[in-house]
Amino acid sequence: MTETPTPARPKSKGRERHLSVGVRRFVFHLLLTAAAMVMIYPLLWMLSASFKPIEEIFSDPGLIPSTWEWSNYTEGWNALPHPFEKYIFNSMVIVAGSIIGNLVSCSMAAYAFARLRFPMRGMLFAIMLGTIMLPIHVVIIPQYILFNNLGWVDTFWPLIVPKLLATDAFFVFLMVQFIRGLPKELDEAASIDGCGYWGTYLRVIMPLCMPALATTAIFTFIWTWNDFYSQLIYLRDVDLQTVPLALRLFMDSTGTTNWGALFAMSIVALGPIFGFFLAGQRYLVRGIATTGIK
Amino acid sequence: MTDNDVAVVRPKPRSSGAPPEPAASAPSPSPNRARGKTGTTIRSRERWAALSFLSPWLLGLLAITIGPMIASFYLSFTDYSLGYGEWVGGENYAQMLDDPRLAQSIKVTAIYTFVSVPLQLAAALLLAIILDRGLRGMAFYRSVFYLPSLLGASVAIAIMWRQVFGTEGLVNQLLALVGIQGEGWVSHPDYALGTLIILHVWTFGSPMIIFLAGLRQIPTMYYEAAKVDGAGVMRRFFSVTIPLLTPIIFFNFVLQIINSFQSFTQAFIVSGGRGGPADSTLFLTLYLYDQGFTQFNMGYASAIAWLLLAIIAIFTALNFLMSKFWVFYGDND
Repeated sequence: MTETPTPARPKSKGRERHLSVGVRRFVFHLLLTAAAMVMIYPLLWMLSASFKPIEEIFSDPGLIPSTWEWSNYTEGWNALPHPFEKYIFNSMVIVAGSIIGNLVSCSMAAYAFARLRFPMRGMLFAIMLGTIMLPIHVVIIPQYILFNNLGWVDTFWPLIVPKLLATDAFFVFLMVQFIRGLPKELDEAASIDGCGYWGTYLRVIMPLCMPALATTAIFTFIWTWNDFYSQLIYLRDVDLQTVPLALRLFMDSTGTTNWGALFAMSIVALGPIFGFFLAGQRYLVRGIATTGIK
Repeated sequence: MTDNDVAVVRPKPRSSGAPPEPAASAPSPSPNRARGKTGTTIRSRERWAALSFLSPWLLGLLAITIGPMIASFYLSFTDYSLGYGEWVGGENYAQMLDDPRLAQSIKVTAIYTFVSVPLQLAAALLLAIILDRGLRGMAFYRSVFYLPSLLGASVAIAIMWRQVFGTEGLVNQLLALVGIQGEGWVSHPDYALGTLIILHVWTFGSPMIIFLAGLRQIPTMYYEAAKVDGAGVMRRFFSVTIPLLTPIIFFNFVLQIINSFQSFTQAFIVSGGRGGPADSTLFLTLYLYDQGFTQFNMGYASAIAWLLLAIIAIFTALNFLMSKFWVFYGDND
């Protein structure tokens, strides 16, 4: 079928290839490093600017501050009606409630969808998938009216209660996918050993779901910590403001006068996300990969 | 959910519709549940168990999702404003037709979406293909490119953007080094939207991760076969990689279009909450917030919300219709 190649060609081609692979690899590394630098430079610059004296923020695109102004941090920390730890605490309360809510409610629903048979399961599952894509903007006004009538506006409840009711359907889907990957023989063994459905869920499925639970917890942390829209709507009381709201208040009140302190607090706000990113990268990437493609 | 870009779901073929075994049609209870009792008892026990496991989700679905959806549809036919409202029929929808700010916000949202999403996906695909070559340090590069998509939705980044593209911001400082006098990008009506588009493109990391996972799924034997047939690098890319990746390109495209129609935080912060300058960054979501939660025209705001939902639904449907012409699903899928 194929023609016999001349003896010289494959050799020279091989050498050429070898060389070009080396060169190409070098060029790729060069381009990638350049691209990575462009991507990450604004972040590094903001980090360095948070230590810079104010004039330098507007004149020096470099990364090394001439003098290290720790005062940006102390000033920023105390620039608002409350010291910044108050806002961090408020954010943490919402984050903790959301994580607990999502872990419990989403895993329960996921277990039912993945393992139990009941009427209308297919339809309910499809509805669940549909709600993942539903824009929050469509339901936010009646939700606001509902929570307002319950007297919950200016409390943390409107931000935590929906999580207790598994409204983050994305995580239900993530865990359904994960539980389906677990061998069904485990359930059968548990059943033979006398475990009911709750026993199987608590003692067999949940312990094996740890990676999916970790992914859920980390994503919930990052999304809730970053969340601005619903906090903006439900938390107007200055005592209940969270980190994103405090940053916005800071920006509006001091405007462009104290960028150093504003950057310092922005770095404080990004710190936990960065920490979770470093610690939980494995779970984040896996979470995307398992829900994306298995 | 929030206007977050990290939400990534790709319903697998087998799970996109109904779960594998249809619920009610199963004639007998599975043997493992049988403990010497009659079938009906066991099946009803399983149903009660399912109901108890699903009860939080069901309550949420009714009270937090479906109920408010119906209420929102109803409100869109009223002039409701906290505590008071009357039925006005289609007046809100009629009012939309000559509301110049609404028209502006649709235009801004459309430009934002249809410029930033293709650019973002192109960057994601390009970087995924480069990283897929298994270079040393690949994990490091992947992390660096992924990080912005985790941070991108936060207020802190939007604040940073406002400075970086400000009159005396980082970009202009860098331009000054090469002797160019830059504009105040975020305060100029012609450029403010552009800075938000760049911010969206900057967060290409999460679609990139999905592309990377997709590239791993392509069996190497296809490449080997193409090589044997004499296909060069470019030919292999366009005849093997791209066709086999089209389902994932499609998935990312649908997801990012839906997400970017809902963007809020970045435009809100960068424009100081008003969608300015000169309404040049007035996203539909910002206008909705302004109507609903600043002016408390909640009836009109509900009508805008349904307009947003309709736009998203129409584009998603169009996407699915057009996918027939370019998305390639393997024969055995």
